[in-house]
Amino acid sequence: MDERTHISIQDLNVFYSGLHVLKNISVNIPDRKITAIIGPSGCGKTTLLKSLNRLLDALDGVRVEGKVLVDGEDIYGPKVEVTRIRKKMGLLSQKPQVLPMSIYDNVAYGPRVHGVKDKRELDRIVENFLKVAGLWDEVKGRLHHPASRLSMGQQQRLCLGRGLAVGPEIILGDEPTSALDPQSSQNVEKRLMELKQDYTVVVVTHILRQARRIADYIIFLYLGELVEHGPASEIFANPRNPRTRAYLTGEIS
Amino acid sequence: MKYVSRITRGRIRHRRAVEIIAMIAMIGSTILVIGSLLAIIGTIIWKSLPALKLSMITQTPKGGYYLGKEGGILNAIVGSLYLGLGATALALVLSLPIVLYLNLYTKKNSRLAGLTRFAFDVLWGIPSIVYGAFGFVLMMAVGLRASLLAGIITVALLEIPIMSRAIDEVMVLVPRELKEASLSLGATRLETAFKVVVRQTMPGILTAVLISFGRGIGDAASVLFTAGFTDRIPTSLLQPAATLPLAIFFQLGTPFPEVQQRAYASAAVLTLLILFISIGSRLLIRRLTKHVIK
Repeated sequence: MDERTHISIQDLNVFYSGLHVLKNISVNIPDRKITAIIGPSGCGKTTLLKSLNRLLDALDGVRVEGKVLVDGEDIYGPKVEVTRIRKKMGLLSQKPQVLPMSIYDNVAYGPRVHGVKDKRELDRIVENFLKVAGLWDEVKGRLHHPASRLSMGQQQRLCLGRGLAVGPEIILGDEPTSALDPQSSQNVEKRLMELKQDYTVVVVTHILRQARRIADYIIFLYLGELVEHGPASEIFANPRNPRTRAYLTGEIS
Repeated sequence: MKYVSRITRGRIRHRRAVEIIAMIAMIGSTILVIGSLLAIIGTIIWKSLPALKLSMITQTPKGGYYLGKEGGILNAIVGSLYLGLGATALALVLSLPIVLYLNLYTKKNSRLAGLTRFAFDVLWGIPSIVYGAFGFVLMMAVGLRASLLAGIITVALLEIPIMSRAIDEVMVLVPRELKEASLSLGATRLETAFKVVVRQTMPGILTAVLISFGRGIGDAASVLFTAGFTDRIPTSLLQPAATLPLAIFFQLGTPFPEVQQRAYASAAVLTLLILFISIGSRLLIRRLTKHVIK
């Protein structure tokens, strides 16, 4: 496989108040592909994901060592501005977290924060990204209703549109379908498949079948260690490490 | 077999009795509290009936008012409103940054945050006369006379711990994920604080403001030395201001029954004032909170 690397993780170590949760992780995440981080519960999947947009080091008692290069720049570098790093990445959390404002304002929030003031420009952005998120037709008549009244599935797509509206290059998903019903999950998966044309997508998932459905690249973590990574077709067809094989066959979960 | 079931039956009867007794106790205390509230309001209104005239709330005291002559307590009504609103506004301007700092900038088990919260808890319990005495010392130190300004500052000091702790109680409940959602869009912590956290906790903030306003406008001891008392309506921050609690105190202290009746009328006015402001803000809360995420 000859892919360009978008995110390069080098010797990443994470400690939670003394506990060593990620151990010497080094992996390159390919550009414009869906990379799935898989592994049993508590193996550090979410930690790895959150280390990518610097949400992790905001937590208490967390120490991060090593490098994460995004477009060649170390995001843990001393001069790096955190808000600019985060603007590069849209985050989908486990449970959709809409902001306490209208549907319109949810999408406009990011652009406004980054300085877009023109009403017509904002209208255009909101319409555009609600369409990309596949939500426009369902909400176009009630853009100024509270976002909290949408269904869970709609809220998650709103979060997707909201994240895309700040113009990121990377989409991070932390088990983004785990709180959704099957139909909404399918809908979100479909969006992610479409979005990999233009974005690098990294999702944490504990659903193996989901990883099989959508992932191009797999990172398998076990107890904080990177056991195996590679193109999804190879890993699923022919896992080299016995622990990966055990996980894929369901012996460990 | 029979033996066991007799015990079981006995125990069920016993547990049911406890349940009924507990329920009676709960209903009883509810009735007692609501009854006391109604009794207070009833007594105030009953006692004030002879003195309730429109002139009470439209006129300032004329000469000899405290001896039973013509006039009203407009000076104290306006003074209390100025003082209550001013102090509450000042307290909010100081409390909100403190609480936002505690909740968005300090770490979870930060020493500073713990100490601040503890300090507020202690300050909450300090009697208001102590605030009055402290305000008086402060006033003397900067060369301020008893005035609306000195009263506002003192009452604001009294309100800050109450308001801060009440706002803090709701802000700690804001899910971390909600703050992360805002941060991950590239917002700064300050933007997250004002655009997301404040919006989300708006009902709690308004309740906190109401509680502190009620406490501030009803407090007599803290304004005794600091705001002074006057028959005139203050036209500047540096003039003394009358307040309803002190008006009640002074009128009740006279030997004349007709003036004492006016004290009850003043109490009724103060109670109604707080009631109207509470109802008004409840309506306001409903309009401001339609976006809050449950």
